[in-house]
Amino acid sequence: MPAAPAAPAGALRRLGQGSIRFRLPPRIVAGYTVVGPMEGKGPMAGYMDTVLEDTYYGERCWERTESKMLKEAVQNALRQARLQEADVDLSFTADMLGQLVASSFAMRSSTLPHVGIYSACASFAGALALAGMAVEGGFARRAVVAASSHHDAAERQYRFPTELGVQRPPTSQWTVTGAGAVVVSGEASDQGILVAEATFGRVMDMGIKDPFDMGTAMAPAAADTLVRHLQHTGRRLEEFDLVLTGDLGRVGSRVFLDWLEERHGVSLDGRHSDCGALLYNPARQDVHSGGSGLGASACTVSGYLLKAMNRGLVGRVLLVGTGCLHSQVTHFQGESIPVVAHAVTLERPGLAG
Amino acid sequence: MASQTQTRQRQQQADFLQFARRRRPRPSYLKNALWAFLVGGTIALVGQLLTSAFMALGLAAQQASARAAVALVFLGALLTALGVYDELARFGGAGAAIPITGFANSVVAPAMEFAREGYVFGMAARMFQVAGPVVVFGVAAATVSALARWLITGGMR
Repeated sequence: MPAAPAAPAGALRRLGQGSIRFRLPPRIVAGYTVVGPMEGKGPMAGYMDTVLEDTYYGERCWERTESKMLKEAVQNALRQARLQEADVDLSFTADMLGQLVASSFAMRSSTLPHVGIYSACASFAGALALAGMAVEGGFARRAVVAASSHHDAAERQYRFPTELGVQRPPTSQWTVTGAGAVVVSGEASDQGILVAEATFGRVMDMGIKDPFDMGTAMAPAAADTLVRHLQHTGRRLEEFDLVLTGDLGRVGSRVFLDWLEERHGVSLDGRHSDCGALLYNPARQDVHSGGSGLGASACTVSGYLLKAMNRGLVGRVLLVGTGCLHSQVTHFQGESIPVVAHAVTLERPGLAG
Repeated sequence: MASQTQTRQRQQQADFLQFARRRRPRPSYLKNALWAFLVGGTIALVGQLLTSAFMALGLAAQQASARAAVALVFLGALLTALGVYDELARFGGAGAAIPITGFANSVVAPAMEFAREGYVFGMAARMFQVAGPVVVFGVAAATVSALARWLITGGMR
């Protein structure tokens, strides 16, 4: 195999196993978010583009609702970027309904070439990194990245019928009803928030079996990916204004922060937030540990974070998407929960270093 | 080598599980117990009122309590259909799950949920998804205890 042309020093793409730095960082040119009524009552509601009045959105079942939300997020993200489907070469979308039906059914009405992605709730971050690679490598001019989840559709697939009377433990999380889409561009004329670096996570399993304690299960994966990202990119934590984990919730966040400090000697020192915890008001909304699901990070990034970064509130953010990779079958077969976390550095353009 | 890696991984898992357990929030047992008592007690009170009412109408105790049970199952099903029972159980926990109304909820909830997949393969096929084990082990336990009783008493009343 011929050797790749030598890159100039400081412009390496591959930084380490599973870590990359883009030479010409792709830009996120637009984002669009559709969320459910519950998320529309949370603290992030003002940043969301569409808030649904009910959980059905005019459909006869929640699977169709989720699909419709995803479709509208993609269409509106393109519209906001003033792009036609012909201007975009690839789409990467993700959800957690069996066989990725929310994604595939949403893309039936689109002409975009499509790849379905599954890393559970880490999918949005993983797909963002893949889309970045595609556009920076010149394999696509632009790519759409989208992810969705729906509380009721997830409940009936992963847990219980929605009307069944059950009491949840305090570690449990509330699946976010929401879809978020962003358009990533490699075109020189397109401006936006930069996708600067990425680290793909490795699948870990720390032995947690309780599907009502997913935040705890995912915490070590988030810590592992964060530490690898820092090692490979050579960045110090001080260079990040925010480390934004996907859906650890309040319980998982505490385990994550303590585990980082105790096992890896890394202190996040007030720099950490969690998408799942940000989306709800714990005092008024009965979501226990916080939100979860692909919609948590997709909506927080495409709804809140892009706006906050464009307004200059934060400069450099490390998004660490976290996912539980079990199914209901593996749970009943007594397996523990494999987990993964993918990290992406997002930057405001013109940031030094 | 492989076994060494496995041992190390198992040790890491054990360490983490212990680490996580110390940070695990406890449910508020007292509050939950009080709610369970209130919700479960109210359901039991309704059952008793129904039984007394049927007896006042002239039914024998056994017939009256059978009718009260039927009425409670109907109430549980109705509250499930109205979307109230899951809210009741959110606070009531076992106080809502264990009475016969909880059994009704566990049959009606999946029936409603899976009706979207059709009346045969959805509603009917999955109606006993939650209650099925209760029926299976209930019948098994009844058989075993009846057999024990027969063995001990020799079939005498």
